[in-house]
Amino acid sequence: MEKKKRLNKRTWLSAPYLIWIVGFTIIPLVVIFQDAFVNAEGSFTMDNILAIFNPIHMKSMILSLAIAAGCTVICILLAYPLVLALRRLNMGREGFLVFGLILPMWMNFILRLLAWQMILSKNGILNMILGFFGIAPLPIANTWLSILIGVVYDYLPFMILPLYNAISEIDEDIIEAAKDLGAGGFTVFKKIILPLSMPGLLSGIVMVFVPSMTSFVVADVLGGGKIQLIGNVIEQEFTKNVDWGLGSGLSVSLMIFVLISMAFTMKNDPEGKESAIW
Amino acid sequence: MVDKIKNFLSRFYIGIILFFLYVPIFVMIVLSFNSSRSRVIWGGFTLDWYRTLFSSSEVMQALSTTMILAFTSAIIATVIGTVGAIGISAMRERNYKIVLAFTNIPMLNADIVTGIALMLWFVRFMPLGFGSVLIAHITFNIPYVILCVMPKIKQMNLSIYEAARDLGANSIYAFVKITLPQLMSGIMAGFFMAFTMSMDDFAITYFTKGAGVNTLSTMIYSQIRKGIKPEMYALSTIIFAFVFLILLAVNYVPKMKNARKCK
Amino acid sequence: MKKRLISALLAGCVLISFLSGCGKSQTKESKNSLTLFNYGEYIDPDVLDQFTEETGIEIKYEEALTPEEMYTKYKSGAIKYDLMCTSDYMIQKLISEEELQKIDINSMQYKDNIDKKYWDLSAEIDPGNQYSVPYFWGTLGILYNTKKVKEPVDSWEVLFHHEYSGEIIMQNSIRDSYLVALKYLGYSLNTENESELREAQDLLLKQKKDVQAYLVDEARDEIVAENAIMAVIYSGEAYLAEEYNPDLAYVIPKEGSNLWLDSWCVTKYCENMDAAQQFLDFLCRADIAQKNFDYIYYSTPNKAVIDSLSEEDKSNEALVPAEDATANCEISKMQSAETTKLMNMLWKELKAE
Repeated sequence: MEKKKRLNKRTWLSAPYLIWIVGFTIIPLVVIFQDAFVNAEGSFTMDNILAIFNPIHMKSMILSLAIAAGCTVICILLAYPLVLALRRLNMGREGFLVFGLILPMWMNFILRLLAWQMILSKNGILNMILGFFGIAPLPIANTWLSILIGVVYDYLPFMILPLYNAISEIDEDIIEAAKDLGAGGFTVFKKIILPLSMPGLLSGIVMVFVPSMTSFVVADVLGGGKIQLIGNVIEQEFTKNVDWGLGSGLSVSLMIFVLISMAFTMKNDPEGKESAIW
Repeated sequence: MVDKIKNFLSRFYIGIILFFLYVPIFVMIVLSFNSSRSRVIWGGFTLDWYRTLFSSSEVMQALSTTMILAFTSAIIATVIGTVGAIGISAMRERNYKIVLAFTNIPMLNADIVTGIALMLWFVRFMPLGFGSVLIAHITFNIPYVILCVMPKIKQMNLSIYEAARDLGANSIYAFVKITLPQLMSGIMAGFFMAFTMSMDDFAITYFTKGAGVNTLSTMIYSQIRKGIKPEMYALSTIIFAFVFLILLAVNYVPKMKNARKCK
Repeated sequence: MKKRLISALLAGCVLISFLSGCGKSQTKESKNSLTLFNYGEYIDPDVLDQFTEETGIEIKYEEALTPEEMYTKYKSGAIKYDLMCTSDYMIQKLISEEELQKIDINSMQYKDNIDKKYWDLSAEIDPGNQYSVPYFWGTLGILYNTKKVKEPVDSWEVLFHHEYSGEIIMQNSIRDSYLVALKYLGYSLNTENESELREAQDLLLKQKKDVQAYLVDEARDEIVAENAIMAVIYSGEAYLAEEYNPDLAYVIPKEGSNLWLDSWCVTKYCENMDAAQQFLDFLCRADIAQKNFDYIYYSTPNKAVIDSLSEEDKSNEALVPAEDATANCEISKMQSAETTKLMNMLWKELKAE
């Protein structure tokens, strides 16, 4: 009884935080909803929300989805071997390598993207090196491929960190036991490592999928303006076309879509426990 | 033997990933020594940009605004987020889930939408300036802190705290002595994450800042039209070298000490 | 270990924060100050310092990339700008929305430094020259690599005949992209006629597969690096590009193009009209205009500066276009809300293709 009372008292600690999210997360959200559902004459409208089904917007949406999904899958494929290698070499427990992964994020991301643009452009660094080996230049610049490289580059650390956190906590004894019982490498991965790292994987998916779905700067810098993701459409409605209603409406649609896909992902998380991103 | 090959492959793979992450940074470092103002022409080696960098009050002002903003917003977000996470974790299942869902909103929204929504809201009751950017940064930093701290709270052994309370420790004493140390790694990680996100933000800062307030991001953005000034590459190189040296020092100095002890 | 690392890094952060000159918040409100809104890198920072030194008026400075972005930020009312430097059609729009204050041009000491030609040009968007003072101007044309293009380039046609597929850079802005197609088809760039716009759209849709990228001023670097052969670009950027790479040439196509004009105007929020006027006059002063010209290298409407140009610069098409080259050029004007909406939609369609 005493304990329950204390627990109840403890919930009060969340008060400052709750005030903060009401003040600066929920109310601004209401502002967006208001812009989305109320037209210039002040009456209710669904036009801005339904605008997502306009074929032009739908095309951008599907392309964004493809890029985000591709980015998430590639990040998973790159991150698993990496964290297993780190675990195998017992590196990174000291945090040095993990910091090494964060360090690039301290350099301004616009500058980093511009650097990628220089690497990938037609007479860029990559093609210069390829030319040195007598390989024909690759037309990567200003295509969806360069955007994909950009988002994978930007968000890979967000997959590695939670995954590493989850995998480094797996007890070596369990793996040894499985091996003693005759399990091969693949079986160990499938039956032990994968399930035990699931919370980390799910955090990673959220942290990679969501921003790569909504970002527009990467497509702007690396897509050469030829490729229009849904984030670019929203950005354009706000800063160029001054149609805030449509911009807000598309944002709300995008948010609903992201929430649904995340709810779907989280269904695979039976215990509902999230893993640390660090 | 097989182990050795596997170890080699592991190292090789880690190397490739690190290379991928650091390639653009190498490019930036090279550009900082380029005497041509155009980034696509190599005009020879120079250290001029490092010299002009320090005499540019504009850049120094932006650097200090960026740092102070990142530092202050990360500290405040860490305090509110940590205390908040402890509170939320004591909630009933249903409320807990609802609050966490709202926590994720700033992460689910496109940056630009968050930025414009905050701007439209701020305009109604306060002038835009440093304060409004600070509030905005705290807002998007809190979720990262909670994401880092919450799992540690879940792992925390509550009975120790309860035991301390039963033995007569008051709540603050028990919190400082028992709870805080258990959460420390999560709190630190949250702070660090928040600091990083704040340093890297552009869109939200752009819409919530007042006249005359510039961070490095907004400054770089305004230079895109006429070409990024080489001083920016020089500054990035210095920041990179600085952080890298700290990392090296912290990683190797203790090891060397240990080695000496062993002798 | 991790803890120690983080603490060390934090100590580092604090150190940087304080080393980099204790950043005082700049919210000091003084009555004698002006808040300016300008394009990025579009004024010599020394000019601002000098103005404060000479007059004691503090300057708060803000930058944006596009006129639309300026409009968005201005309209939100978040910051009460006193003076704004923006482009022709946007000034017209602001005037029509009664966002600007009249300037007493005749009381300006240095108003005659601005050539009458440019006051007349400005009058097309600001009748009677009541609201704006010309700052820089230029044209939109084709920057191309003379080593890779053998034929003489004098028409927009070169962008549309598919020979240079994958080597073309177009402007990443709605009005500038459509005006290329409209001018090529022989229409006005200020057209409000839907069928003309749709015709232009067809042309641009067909052209898209030949386009390497839609860029703004970054196009300059791409052409200099020879990543592409030709780009639709502003004259000022073309001039800078020619400095870096002598094989480049700039041409204003014979069908005509856009003659753009960026001007300063005073918003309705400005309470210190005297100071604002002083600033505008200051910009027209010969030595200040010269400083800005040396920093920006766009075409200036300031006679004093034009006279001091070298002969070589005077004959440079990108810096001082010949009279007959600009004969078919038009200034961009404000369009009706319907036309703007239609163009936005067409543009999204083009980009989504």
